Amino acid sequence: MSELKLMKGNEALAEAAIRAGVDAYFGYPITPQSEVIEYLMSQRPEKRTGMVVLQAESELAAINMVYGAASTGKKAMTSSSSPGISLKLEGISYLAGAELPAVIVNVVRGGPGLGTIQPSQADYFQSVKGGGHGDYKLYVLAPSSVQEMADFVEDAFDIAFKYRAPVLILSDGLIGQMMEKVTLKDQKERMSNEELIKKYGNWAVTGKKDRERNIITSLDLQSEKMEARVHRLLKKYQQMEKEDLRFEKIHCEDAEYLIVAYGSSARISQKAVELARAKGIKVGLLRPITLFPFPKQQLLDLAAQVKGILSVELNAGQMVEDVQLAVQHKVPVLHFGRTGGIIHTPEEILEALEQKIIKNGHTRHHKTRESSLL
Amino acid sequence: MDILDIIKPENQVFCKSRLMTDATLSYCPGCGHGTAHNLTMEVIDEMGIVEDTIGVAPVGCSVLAYDFMNIDMTQAAHGRAPAVATAIARTWPEKYVFTYQGDGDLAAIGTAETIHTCNRGENIVIIFVNNGIYGMTGGQMAPTTLAGMRSSTSPYGREIETMGSPLKITELVANLPGVYYATRQAVHTHKHVRKTKKAIRKAFENIRLKKGVSFIEIVSNCNSGWKMNPVESNAWMEENMFAYFPLGDIKVNGKLK
Repeated sequence: MSELKLMKGNEALAEAAIRAGVDAYFGYPITPQSEVIEYLMSQRPEKRTGMVVLQAESELAAINMVYGAASTGKKAMTSSSSPGISLKLEGISYLAGAELPAVIVNVVRGGPGLGTIQPSQADYFQSVKGGGHGDYKLYVLAPSSVQEMADFVEDAFDIAFKYRAPVLILSDGLIGQMMEKVTLKDQKERMSNEELIKKYGNWAVTGKKDRERNIITSLDLQSEKMEARVHRLLKKYQQMEKEDLRFEKIHCEDAEYLIVAYGSSARISQKAVELARAKGIKVGLLRPITLFPFPKQQLLDLAAQVKGILSVELNAGQMVEDVQLAVQHKVPVLHFGRTGGIIHTPEEILEALEQKIIKNGHTRHHKTRESSLL
Repeated sequence: MDILDIIKPENQVFCKSRLMTDATLSYCPGCGHGTAHNLTMEVIDEMGIVEDTIGVAPVGCSVLAYDFMNIDMTQAAHGRAPAVATAIARTWPEKYVFTYQGDGDLAAIGTAETIHTCNRGENIVIIFVNNGIYGMTGGQMAPTTLAGMRSSTSPYGREIETMGSPLKITELVANLPGVYYATRQAVHTHKHVRKTKKAIRKAFENIRLKKGVSFIEIVSNCNSGWKMNPVESNAWMEENMFAYFPLGDIKVNGKLK
């Protein structure tokens, strides 16, 4: 039965994983996402659905366990936070290269290095530009509520299996730790081995029975074959851009100014939009729900309508580069953000919009980046 | 006498397993990998478990093991084969899961995965080919390179003071409760091949009995890496490798020898 509950983002994601019929979770503790594995362990998932939950000896082991289970067609996932995701990147690159479906969750904290355990969006580049080695991309979903932490688990697996590709849920310490009401979906049964073999027997390694052997690998020593593999991946990414782009437009119809923000920044920016409108400033919000694919055309269309765009992020300026590329410098695009785990307030965002965009917007100056902290 | 007069079934000692593909082995002539592959495939064939077997290939000389073993296989990142095998064995507990790894993969970059997989007692077989060198990358020092042994990264011989001692990983993991069977074998003579096959058979039987990790080290030569001809390299192996890595069972049925 679907159920209304008050839950932390991390816990909602874990509960949703059990209810979505996920076969396996492999993880390693790191703040601020340890509640995912703690919650899973507390639920005795092996009894509830037969789901395998294992605390690995490292992030490296965890992502390679995901690789192993995914090789056999099982729904496997892991979660971590920024430094842990850096460790997983080799495995994520292998998942992409070997064309395996899997879900990775990053509950981002501030960096670089050991950084801080407070919320951040400083892993944007790492998430959307590849991150690991080689020519690959991740389909990236950015939840901005506890409800989306829950809903995106199933959405992520749908995409992962549609494309046989790894999918990243890019959350942050704010969404992971905050409590909200969440509607949980009904329990889904895990796929039986028989059904799995029927469905994925053309590629998954399940034992060679009544067919030729299956091989999972990302290795092609022949350059022509390797290039063909890269082209196959590129085709998937093009198809994702055509078929699976997701975004949300808030108050954009009559907007003279635009805020672009995702995840927790989008939640805070929504309040900033309300404050602006109460003052008579017509501001709209474009929230990319997928960071790859990115709503490039939507931004370009809006650039013809608005006088300036503010990219609001919890980092030193990352997504702003993609917004600038998308609007092709037709309007000023500036960045506002806090770092170090500090979360911007709606008032700060409104002030930044007034100072950086509205005051300077008509001059169409060429300064596209400036210190965002002061 | 024609060669075919000699190759009669009654005279045949070894033949290519039905589960080996017709692909040309990428190993150097004289290398033990081909024999180790063949024995593994013979055991799987004789036990009639090919439909339920999933192999994990490593990074190293045997990275292309899946080209030669005609079974379902997945290729793991360098050192991570035990983690990959763990997940397969956990999500498919009725399957026969094995890794096939070299010394650099298993005893250097993958040490953590090796130890923790063994410590958890995952129900898998680990086949570990130890030739004391990084073969695929061109003969660099391995964790198992012997003291004084020359390699491209220890050109004046392995110096214990600065490079550490060769790692006896099989003895190390044998001390973990999760390991049920640990043995060290070789494949350079008929006698050793027979013994190794028995060991591999025992290891796969242990999976059926759900006994935890069976760890089979095969000390082998690397004539190219050691810069010797195959005959010389086998003699050198017997004299030097076996002296430091003595052959025989280390742990049987959960009991240390």
